[in-house]
Amino acid sequence: MSVLRTEHMTMRFGGVTAVDDFNLHVEKGEIVAIIGPNGAGKTTAFNQITGVYTPTEGKIFLEPVNQTQEVDITGMRPDRIVSMGVARTFQNIRLFSKQTVLDNVLIAQHLHVKSSMPGAIFYWPNYHKEEKAMREKAMQLLERVGLADNCNDLATSLPYGLQRRLEIARALATNPKLLLLDEPAAGMNPTETLELTHFVREIRDEFQLTILLIEHHMQIIMDISDRIYVLEFGKTIADGVPAEIQNDQRVIDAYLGVDEDA
Amino acid sequence: MLTLVQQLINGLTLGCLFGLVAIGYTMVYGILLLINFAHCDIFMMSMYFAFYSMSLFYLPWYLSLLLAIAGTALLGVCLERVAYRPLRTAPRTSVLISAVGSSYLLENLGIVLFGAVAKSFPTVEYLQEIVTIAGLRVQRLVFFVIIAMVVLVGALLYIVNKTKVGIAMRAVSRDFETSKLMGVNINLTISITFAIGSGLAAVGGFMWGLRYPQITPLVGAMPGLKCFIAAVIGGIGSIKGAIVGGLILGVMEIMIVYLFPGASGYRDVFAFIALILILCIKPTGLFGEELSDKA
Amino acid sequence: MSKNNGSSYSGLVGMMSAKQRRNAALTCVALIAVAAFLYMAQSGSLLDAYGVRILRLCAVYSICALSLNLIQGYTGQFSLGSAGFMALGAYVTAILSMSDANRESVYYLKPMASWLASIHLPYGAALILGGILAGLVALLIGIPVLRLKGDYLSIATLGFSEIIRILLNNAQSISNGATGLKNINPTANLWWCFGALALVVLFMTRLFRSSYGRAFLAIRDDEVAAEAMGVSIFKHKMMAFVSSAVIAGIGGGLMASVLGAVTPVLFRHMMSYDILLIMVLGGTGTMTGAILGGFIFVIAKEALRFMDSGFAIGFIQVPAIAGLRMVMFSVMLMIVVLFYHKGLSGGKEFSWDRLFGFPRKIAARFTKSGKAGAGK
Repeated sequence: MSVLRTEHMTMRFGGVTAVDDFNLHVEKGEIVAIIGPNGAGKTTAFNQITGVYTPTEGKIFLEPVNQTQEVDITGMRPDRIVSMGVARTFQNIRLFSKQTVLDNVLIAQHLHVKSSMPGAIFYWPNYHKEEKAMREKAMQLLERVGLADNCNDLATSLPYGLQRRLEIARALATNPKLLLLDEPAAGMNPTETLELTHFVREIRDEFQLTILLIEHHMQIIMDISDRIYVLEFGKTIADGVPAEIQNDQRVIDAYLGVDEDA
Repeated sequence: MLTLVQQLINGLTLGCLFGLVAIGYTMVYGILLLINFAHCDIFMMSMYFAFYSMSLFYLPWYLSLLLAIAGTALLGVCLERVAYRPLRTAPRTSVLISAVGSSYLLENLGIVLFGAVAKSFPTVEYLQEIVTIAGLRVQRLVFFVIIAMVVLVGALLYIVNKTKVGIAMRAVSRDFETSKLMGVNINLTISITFAIGSGLAAVGGFMWGLRYPQITPLVGAMPGLKCFIAAVIGGIGSIKGAIVGGLILGVMEIMIVYLFPGASGYRDVFAFIALILILCIKPTGLFGEELSDKA
Repeated sequence: MSKNNGSSYSGLVGMMSAKQRRNAALTCVALIAVAAFLYMAQSGSLLDAYGVRILRLCAVYSICALSLNLIQGYTGQFSLGSAGFMALGAYVTAILSMSDANRESVYYLKPMASWLASIHLPYGAALILGGILAGLVALLIGIPVLRLKGDYLSIATLGFSEIIRILLNNAQSISNGATGLKNINPTANLWWCFGALALVVLFMTRLFRSSYGRAFLAIRDDEVAAEAMGVSIFKHKMMAFVSSAVIAGIGGGLMASVLGAVTPVLFRHMMSYDILLIMVLGGTGTMTGAILGGFIFVIAKEALRFMDSGFAIGFIQVPAIAGLRMVMFSVMLMIVVLFYHKGLSGGKEFSWDRLFGFPRKIAARFTKSGKAGAGK
């Protein structure tokens, strides 16, 4: 059974069809990439899967944490979808700018808090335990991404590359099963990009994740993805393993113009 | 039957006045995405301008009206210069606080300049004379209100749709940055928008004063809120919508009080209920455009 | 109010650094000093009744500003409904805690509704009930309103606040209509007002150190990201809105008792604007700011009373103009919004470290060499 599956997922804005009949499936433990030129509908697809948009047509199914039955998540609220084990990062980093690095990661664990608001305010024993566990987990995650020393800095005071890492750590803090990365290598130099490639693979193994990512860097995609979907103007023009995609004439055509500035 | 028609006419008149003031809200919101909280105080100020030009300088009513329009338009432009322009790149909350602050300042200034005690708006016999048509007794003012509304809105729609200034306005309300690149003078366009909106509020204010002659520095608050609601009902950003919203609200208010006289104390509540309903059912209002998502 | 980090949550004295111990000691001393001051003020040896009344109002306005801060400064939801919730708290407290004799003298136009006339509560219970009722109304209002975006929310809350005022104006047999209430139970002395203020500060400090508080702040910083991290936006906005309303209701209940008389006109939109002014003046999003703002607003309003009754600057005689001081306040609000949007507190909470760092900062500014003052 797929971790994530979409059936005829379509999104129209007025007259524009941003995503057209997208049939995606992601299997457990895979790293799947969605590629395509700007405006191909990649981020729109992400926004549908994470519940920001409700698809105009089609359905989205998810295999939630600790469940064996597929669940229809079409049109569900974003926070509900997160609680079912889907976490994401954003193309243009969206950290909680006025909070510390540590708080950013703590906020992402809030959905697992079982104590009530009065319990949390009056610091009842249960909450005390929860808060302690959250802080420990947050520090572990920050250590893992190499940000433990910065835990009391303001999130936006970090350099760009570290902000990207923090965003991933924050997403991991929600305890996801499926991680959606929206252009994780954007704005990175080749060395950083290479590091990131390793990093993504490592966290996949370490946290038993399934990863769906959007990327422009062909290098990364060919390196790490198990399968690739190619979108153009919302339509899926190809899908398959990297070797197939590399030799697909339609993909080459679509990317000919993009290659120079990519 | 006759009273029903009579009440309907009253409702339409009130609606036209609402509409004239609502245009100011809708135009500013369309262009700056800001609820101009001070618009209701601009409306209030216009009444005092007219009041003083008539009672202090004994000007004839039409000159007073023109003076009030000019003064109010100027006030609107100044308001934008001082309170909104410096915050154009600031966070939304700051601009909203600035809007509330301007309203607060104008109201307190009104109390200092004009006194907190209610003044009675001068009577204009020609306009307030009652004429009888087919058994209906209406003030001549009613015709002026309706004619003014039709003429002014017609002119405004012409300006917005056909002239260069209007095209600039629509461009700015669509996309700030791009229209700047296209050589639109943004500051001038916004100033003109404020001038037009405030001027129309002055027309509304003058006629409001004649119909409800007790004026105080806080007189604008409640009509102001209702006019904003009218703008929302019609679809914020749409001039036609503001008028239609104003008419709906005006007729509704008069009719509810007419049909259920017991509820007259609660007349002001209905507008807010209408607001909540429209926001729950169709937040874009009757004529509002679906805003494209740029998430 | 410095923020603890890492695992320093077990507050054992032995584990504190010297600085922390100094700060804790200073806090204790400050609290005792404030308590001693309040004791003396309350017993009448320090201030006259007028002074005590102003001090009580300071605490009350601070509470109301804190309530607005909770929803606006910390959760980022622009609410202009303070006056409505305060009115509810004020009326519930005043009506339920009024003695029979006073009720008879107040409700002379139309007798009190019989179901209401049979309810009598001690002041404290009435105050709490007032807060709870404000919270319940907020819950009802919140369902449609909290789904709205920023500016629509402001106008909708302002509208609901006006509705509450209109209802109070018309429900003659419950609220005594436009005449309002007088001879209100004067129980809320300095201890009540400052006690409530301390409780609210404690509540908010605890809240914003808890996971729920962090979720509120996340919503303020970036709603989309907060939702993408699993924070249920509507639920948390509602929690903040209701908490804020409860605090405003309690503030209103105290205000009724301090003033001794309330009318619906008192709770016009101008009251919400006053509260907004206090919050912005002090610094949005800080408790220090709200309290600072509350004290400055009330004291300055009294101190500037001369402006309304005429005064002389040198040879120039300024005539009595009612309302001039409010113009002053409005101008101050505009100046803060336009040029100094962090407010008096500078967007930071009070802490002893900052207080001690302050002279050094000033010195550094005067010596101009920059580094000289900070050397240690």
